[in-house]
Amino acid sequence: MRFLFKTDYEDDIRLFPHSGYVVSYGVLLALLLIAPYVLSSYLMSQLVFVCIYATVGVALLILTGFTGQASLGHAAFLAIGAYTAAYLQKYNVPFPVYFLAAGLLAGCIGALVGFPALRLTGIYLVIATISFALIVEEILARWESVTNGNEGMRVKTLSLLGVTVPRDSPTFYFLCLAVLVLTIVGTLNLLRSPTGRAFVAIRDSETAARSMGVNVALYKVKSFAISAAITGFAGVLFAHKLSFISPEMFTLQLSIEFIIVILIGGTFSLHGAVLGAIFIVMIDPFLTYLKDDMPGIIAGIVATFGAGTQGAANVQSKVAAFASLNGLKGAIYGIIIVLFVLFEPLGLYGRWLKIKLFFQLFPLYKRATFKRQKIYVKSERNR
Amino acid sequence: MLDFVQQLVSGVALGCVYGLIALGFVLVYKATEVVNFAQGDLMMLGGFFAFTFIGMMGLNYWIGFAGAVAAMALFGMLAERVVVRPILGYPQFSIIMATIGLGYFLRSIAGMIWGTDDLKIETPFSQGVLRVGSLVLAYDKLSVIAATMILCTLLWLFFNKTTLGTAMRASSENMLAAYYMGIPVKRVVSVVWAISAAVATCAGVLLAPITFIHSNVGLVLGLKAFPAAVLGGFGSIPGAVVGGVLIGVIESMAGFYLAEGWKDVAPYIVLLAVLLLKPEGLFGLHVRKKV
Repeated sequence: MRFLFKTDYEDDIRLFPHSGYVVSYGVLLALLLIAPYVLSSYLMSQLVFVCIYATVGVALLILTGFTGQASLGHAAFLAIGAYTAAYLQKYNVPFPVYFLAAGLLAGCIGALVGFPALRLTGIYLVIATISFALIVEEILARWESVTNGNEGMRVKTLSLLGVTVPRDSPTFYFLCLAVLVLTIVGTLNLLRSPTGRAFVAIRDSETAARSMGVNVALYKVKSFAISAAITGFAGVLFAHKLSFISPEMFTLQLSIEFIIVILIGGTFSLHGAVLGAIFIVMIDPFLTYLKDDMPGIIAGIVATFGAGTQGAANVQSKVAAFASLNGLKGAIYGIIIVLFVLFEPLGLYGRWLKIKLFFQLFPLYKRATFKRQKIYVKSERNR
Repeated sequence: MLDFVQQLVSGVALGCVYGLIALGFVLVYKATEVVNFAQGDLMMLGGFFAFTFIGMMGLNYWIGFAGAVAAMALFGMLAERVVVRPILGYPQFSIIMATIGLGYFLRSIAGMIWGTDDLKIETPFSQGVLRVGSLVLAYDKLSVIAATMILCTLLWLFFNKTTLGTAMRASSENMLAAYYMGIPVKRVVSVVWAISAAVATCAGVLLAPITFIHSNVGLVLGLKAFPAAVLGGFGSIPGAVVGGVLIGVIESMAGFYLAEGWKDVAPYIVLLAVLLLKPEGLFGLHVRKKV
């Protein structure tokens, strides 16, 4: 077991607390860099989506995880980024310019949303962000001169410095990966700066933060703006990846998916965004697998236990019928959310920490280390 | 002028629907300070239960109605026991997420069981209209208005005049203190969920002739009921109904007088404006925390 002795503030805010981090993340980065030459094109495509979802997850973590402001409207910021890209592209604006413009516009709108959000806490904020997202969705569907309405917009192939980058090329993957890594490093730096510390202070207690001299309003708006801007950047990549965008892609469903990303990953660390993104993006391939291969496998198992060919075929058709039920994805989503909230509130990254600590402390691990404190509900009306 | 009155009346009828769903939000919020995002889906499920009893088993309308309400009250208790009770006392956001998950689950399960078609229940008020002068009112809409008024009054009396209602208000103020005072908080929460599921079922059954029942009806109407609840102040029973009626009227006026598209966003614009100017709503209490 390694002990980290912190004797200085500099020790506490170091990006890599010890050399192990440099090695393990270096290896991870190397693996990600050779991934396009090893994995199938389908998995690569999923990996690009993981990068995009993880970027949004990081953005949402800044706002929800570290500033404590819940948002169920991030699909709207993603849409703003995507549509800005698609619109500016029509006028042959180069990629770097519309990439930045998309982030900037999303950030400005995020700040505008942040202002009314200043007075809101908890449930009211959730409802306000939902309303914002619904309004944006309707605007996208109605403002036909810019967004082409419900018919949607084509997004041309990305061209970066005169080189065209098709959406399923390794270069596009590297671009998404670079955006994700830059976002993560930038966010880590942000979080160890005074701004990030102020965010965390606001999350933990607004009253305490204010009494320590933190300008709560300013930092809340900042948090909204930064989070929205990052989501806007992700939106540009999202638009290019899909090559076609329409309003019904950016519904409440997508916002909820983003929240699920950080909920499943864990809301207290940036690792959570990446783990959650992997989880959410991999649900689709998993369902396909369930539909195509699972009936055969289960039938095989049944057959080995001596059910006879007839029985096995029977089971196979039943499992296949179950796996191809219409609402299965929604049901799985629902069950996953409920199970995580009930049994794994710290998310996948929390589970990883628990496993790690179990082996570090081997015979001495106690479950109570990670036990949640109950805070009995007191009226929010008296806040 | 006649157009205006006709729009006003149909807005009120629509608003009562939102009010009924918002009542469910308010009940759960009032007693536990939890917002139940699955409220609309409970309504949807109630409608399907009633369809099963009335449409498929051929029971009398009123018996089927009562059966659906009773079944859903039990279901509400079950949902509370499984999903909400284990995380009671944890941050509000966890509970919101849990109810969102519950909503997802209910929607897809309902889709699997009852299919994705629009279902219809034959009701005693399905046919016929009331004519006042040249004003036309359908009985099914009138039934919604009447039921909303009755339920609102009953619930208001229940919360303000009965011991159980007082216990509910106490446990929402401070759960631990209520527990020390001998209030069985867990059972109170369970009863609240039963009542709110029952109210949701009433909404679902009354709505059946107007909007039909399909697995997404709860999501659509539930989202419209949020502005109603917020406008009314989220903790006030009459507020929910007044908020619902206002939202319904605004929506119906926006649909009639403004360009296409305004109808769907008008409630949310109003919601944001209310949150900006008067976050505690029309009937809400606003108390500052003493540090």
